[in-house]
Amino acid sequence: MLEQTVQIVSNERDTDSYFRLVVRAPQITPLIQPGQFAHIRVPTMKDALLRRPFSIFQVRDDTFSILYKTVGKGTDALARLGAGEELSVIAPLGHGFTIPKPGGETPLLVAGGYGMAALYLLAQRSPQKGIAFVGGRRRMDILCEKEVRALDWDVRVTTEDGSHGEKGLVTQPLVAELRRNAAHRKVFACGPTPMLEAVGKIAEEFNVPAELSMDEHMCCGVGVCLTCVIPVKTGDGWEYQRTCTEGPVFDSQRIVWEEMK
Amino acid sequence: MNLSVQIGKLKLQNPVMVASGTFGYGVEYARLIDLNQLGAVVVKGIRLEPVRGNPTPRTVEVASGLINAIGLQGPGVDGFIKKYWPFLKGLKVPTIINIWGTTIEEYAEVARRFDALGGVGALELNVSCPNIKKGGAQFGTDVKLLAKVVAACRKATTLPLITKMSPNVMSIAPYAKAAADAGSDALAIMNSYPAMAIDIETRKPKLANVTGGLTGPCIKPIAIKLVWEAANAVKIPIIGMGGIQNAADAIEFMMAGATAVAVGTANFYEPQTVLQVITGIREFMQRQDIKDVREITGSVRTAE
Repeated sequence: MLEQTVQIVSNERDTDSYFRLVVRAPQITPLIQPGQFAHIRVPTMKDALLRRPFSIFQVRDDTFSILYKTVGKGTDALARLGAGEELSVIAPLGHGFTIPKPGGETPLLVAGGYGMAALYLLAQRSPQKGIAFVGGRRRMDILCEKEVRALDWDVRVTTEDGSHGEKGLVTQPLVAELRRNAAHRKVFACGPTPMLEAVGKIAEEFNVPAELSMDEHMCCGVGVCLTCVIPVKTGDGWEYQRTCTEGPVFDSQRIVWEEMK
Repeated sequence: MNLSVQIGKLKLQNPVMVASGTFGYGVEYARLIDLNQLGAVVVKGIRLEPVRGNPTPRTVEVASGLINAIGLQGPGVDGFIKKYWPFLKGLKVPTIINIWGTTIEEYAEVARRFDALGGVGALELNVSCPNIKKGGAQFGTDVKLLAKVVAACRKATTLPLITKMSPNVMSIAPYAKAAADAGSDALAIMNSYPAMAIDIETRKPKLANVTGGLTGPCIKPIAIKLVWEAANAVKIPIIGMGGIQNAADAIEFMMAGATAVAVGTANFYEPQTVLQVITGIREFMQRQDIKDVREITGSVRTAE
């Protein structure tokens, strides 16, 4: 974990309201593990004070990138920044995905919308190829399909409106695939919480291990404020654990879904 | 140039500390800043037993501020001593432990436990957390209960006692006097201000706890006024806090009457703030030819 002022290499619209931001951060990039995040202070937010957390998408040489959707004050302000401008970044943060061992389980990635941003590095660094299930509302919400295919992964797309790939939810082809063969496979997922809960239950049903990257509203990002907690099983009960520190990636069997409502 | 100040019998190398609840147990920030530069480390509130805390969402960002309702999640006295004390006792700067309880007896018991631990810099009595049903602000907004809690802790320990005051009172002077008379060595002013935010689309409160405590730059003028009023009412030192983002903010608190200051919410978005404040105070003293930081305290010119 380092706090650094980094320079923007590029910050361009990907599709629709999705953007890709690339920053040069030579000291941070060697430390990055799949599933970790960067906590970014957007300098032009005026009365909004907090940093914004983003999954680290790709690492290339001395740069890393994030993939984000403009959804509010922070991301709107971020989208207006251009190459050459500077940002304060604390990264890499959090406990990421376990990279599969060579010859180990076949990874099944499940991404909802820009959840793929958190999974790309895992796909890239996994010693064996697997299947990436990518789902979204519309064609526009399916991100980095080509890039994951370029890693020689089997990519299966679903959209809710049927505008691209199979029509339906991302969990449908996952269930179909696990029904076909669940042995020696492991699920890694990132996306909206209801999707993660569904994926967790499917994994349990098929007795397949699953690691889920949880998206909980965050504040400090480094474990002091206790904002981003989720209920996690302990020896004889459960306790609130920090998504920014013990997570964002949790073993799905440890999450106490019924306490999250 | 002298930057050191005194809180009861506790000497601080400089007047800049952190606010309880915004700095975890110190260790979380040790990789980002040199903790030994601080005046003191102040840890999150501890009661006897572990505390699970409130459901989420626990914080919400608002204009120039943050509303929180964490609910004092914590490991309890034993958990704290086991998990965090080995790290904290190795620091060169004092650790101030924020303590609370649901009864006066519990406050006193926690004070006794930390007194017995040895090596603790001071205890800060949290009688002002707005986010818990029992304890906290219940004690800080009733002048008689406040006096009883402070007196009970005074009997339980010889450690310096700092009473963290609630801003949610008509006038802070009688509360400040009650705490001082009951044996508090200093006051910490202020805790968060009770607040609420609503999502207009869902018509639901933005916090699971419905209400929370407001902190950040938006509360600074309120805190400055409370420090000024309390400084006119009591002689014991005041630790000023509420929205400090830079040295100018800290100096303003000192001019209002604070002997020391604490950086709170700013730690969440800029962990370097506390070091920048120390550097900035030094620069201000150089520029204004001030030899001793204590000269700044209470130097506001209200009479002219």
